[in-house]
Amino acid sequence: MSNDKLFMNAINEALDQAMEKDENVILLGEDIAGGADVSHLEEENKESWGGVFGVTAGLMPKYGRERVIDTPLSEMGYMSSAVGMAATGLRPVPELMFNDFIGFSFDAILGQASKMRYMFGGKAKIPMTVRTMHGAGVNAAAQHSGSYYGIFGSIPGVKVVVPATPYDAKGLMLSAIEEDNVVIFSEDKTLYGSKGDVPDDYYTIPIGEADVKREGEHLTIVTIGKMLFVGLDVAETLEKDNVSVEVIDLRTVAPWDQETVIQSVKKTGRLIVIDEANPHNNTATDIASVVTDRAFDYLDGPIKCVCAPNTPVPFATNLEQLYIPNKEKVLNEADEIIFDLKA
Amino acid sequence: MAKEENKAMPESMKDVEASFKELVDLDVKTSTETRVEDLTKDASTSMYKNMENIRNFEENAKRYFAAGEIPGFVHLYAGEEAIAAGVCAHLSDDDFITSTHRGHGHCVAKGGDLNGMMAEIFGRSDGLGKGKGGSMHIADIDKGILGANGMVGGGFGLATGAAMRNKYKKNGKVVVCFFGDGAANEGVFHECLNMAAIWDLPIIFVNENNFYAEATPQWYASASNTIAERAAAYSMPGVRVNGKDIVAVHDIAGKAIERARNGEGPTLIECVTYRMYGHFEGDEQSYKAQSGEEKEWAEVDPLDVFREYTIENGLMTEEELDEIREQSKKDIEAAVSYAKESPEPSPESLYKDVFAD
Repeated sequence: MSNDKLFMNAINEALDQAMEKDENVILLGEDIAGGADVSHLEEENKESWGGVFGVTAGLMPKYGRERVIDTPLSEMGYMSSAVGMAATGLRPVPELMFNDFIGFSFDAILGQASKMRYMFGGKAKIPMTVRTMHGAGVNAAAQHSGSYYGIFGSIPGVKVVVPATPYDAKGLMLSAIEEDNVVIFSEDKTLYGSKGDVPDDYYTIPIGEADVKREGEHLTIVTIGKMLFVGLDVAETLEKDNVSVEVIDLRTVAPWDQETVIQSVKKTGRLIVIDEANPHNNTATDIASVVTDRAFDYLDGPIKCVCAPNTPVPFATNLEQLYIPNKEKVLNEADEIIFDLKA
Repeated sequence: MAKEENKAMPESMKDVEASFKELVDLDVKTSTETRVEDLTKDASTSMYKNMENIRNFEENAKRYFAAGEIPGFVHLYAGEEAIAAGVCAHLSDDDFITSTHRGHGHCVAKGGDLNGMMAEIFGRSDGLGKGKGGSMHIADIDKGILGANGMVGGGFGLATGAAMRNKYKKNGKVVVCFFGDGAANEGVFHECLNMAAIWDLPIIFVNENNFYAEATPQWYASASNTIAERAAAYSMPGVRVNGKDIVAVHDIAGKAIERARNGEGPTLIECVTYRMYGHFEGDEQSYKAQSGEEKEWAEVDPLDVFREYTIENGLMTEEELDEIREQSKKDIEAAVSYAKESPEPSPESLYKDVFAD
């Protein structure tokens, strides 16, 4: 029996169940409830927003402002405070509203959270899950639309999760909060309204495991986040040409699942990686590098990376659509490595 | 709509003509006015021992750095002992502190293991960080030390978060955030003082104003004459104290810590001090005055100040003080031997402790 839920509600349900299970789980961020200290809302135990897109709605009324903390607009202050909370025994889940705001707060991740355990000889634990949001597609322009999960993924001591489906979002969120490490949980804002089956029960999905969303024989497509749906669309199209495509949803960007990707490439001999990040020094280029190193003899052609161009995200709808990797771009790149397979 | 009782911003504007002595003396509290009758012999002994341990630790760090036996960068706390020792006298292991670039003193005063500390700055496997942190990252979480910090201002958020945890747990514990005059000009100073104030957090921001951020004077880099006066912008008490006078520091800090424990919120304490040595070892300190008021202030030794006070007030005899000094020298020499005998970290330890399992 299907139990369809929205992607955003799957995340909300995970946060709710994590908070229910462990009183050390604390949410903090900007307007994750909204309306703090507003008397007419307080009288009725109401919030105003429940997050800028409503992802955390209902949690403040249920758990109170002690556990769902609206912060001032002080990204460095509250993100680094979350590190202090984690180092002293809580399980904070700070929300960095848009991943583009990391410039204000990067030291919390880069300078402090990721290094404390190592610098302190293994004596610190930083169980912190940073919720943040990436992705183009809603005309939010250059400072609210970037995809920076790869930047976090290049830092030792940080795990990075990018879910594509409501089912994965819930299970990965619960795993992230259980982790005794820093996890960046990056949500694509254009997926919040997508629907899928999400069990009501508490369940976890291991961090670091990719998921083969479609099996195939001739070509491997590795995707990150919403690029999964581009990959699946490409697979449908190529099936008509008798090209069988395997689509791997990476799910975890750091540490990414080398075994699943390598095994698939050994079977198909061809690889395309679709990553909405800018094209250099990103997750796609890292995958291409590792696969070249570990499975060179199995490759029947060059590895293709389909990424955003090396530009900021543009505002105008036509330009933004041109920016995001899409089926046509992937098919175009695929041509070079599958021409011999087409019937 | 709380805090309507806030006073308007003080009228005091920066006096650009102030002499060095005027900058030191501005609104500063000393033990002549804060003297506490109940400063016991035990407390005095413990504080003096910490001051001696810090001084001797730093003198040895200086010596072995110069000899090439301690690698990397070393930022010495010598000259500022009264602050760490005076403040930490009020804290227990489960009160947290965050420390600074110049962090050895805080770690000693908070009970950090001397052997483990020395081995750490020598880069050895028995160091508190297994030789992987070094001088700028000395930490001992079991003793409530959230680490020295290589990032200037890096402690503000860690301390504020630890205080948020204490408030949530309603455990009566406090957090002390030590920071320098340089860190007071980081944006996160503003963010965290503001958050601490709006949430009445159990935290004490202890500024160590040694008048130089690296090689740049505070009177150049700060738009206000004092750090303490900035507290007014965050609706919290701001107090300026002679940071070479441990009795005054101990008294002022005690009041602020008690206030925090009682849920009455944060305090900003500016301790006016001076560092005996450079920003780092090897710094030629060409920026420091070689005569006049600044030189006179530089030569005030906080250990001598406290020795005189305890003798004058009948708390300790000169012989007792000398005995503590000699014992401290032996303890630190033992820490140096411990560090030298400790093996280098194993090659495989390079890859360990990146993640918790």
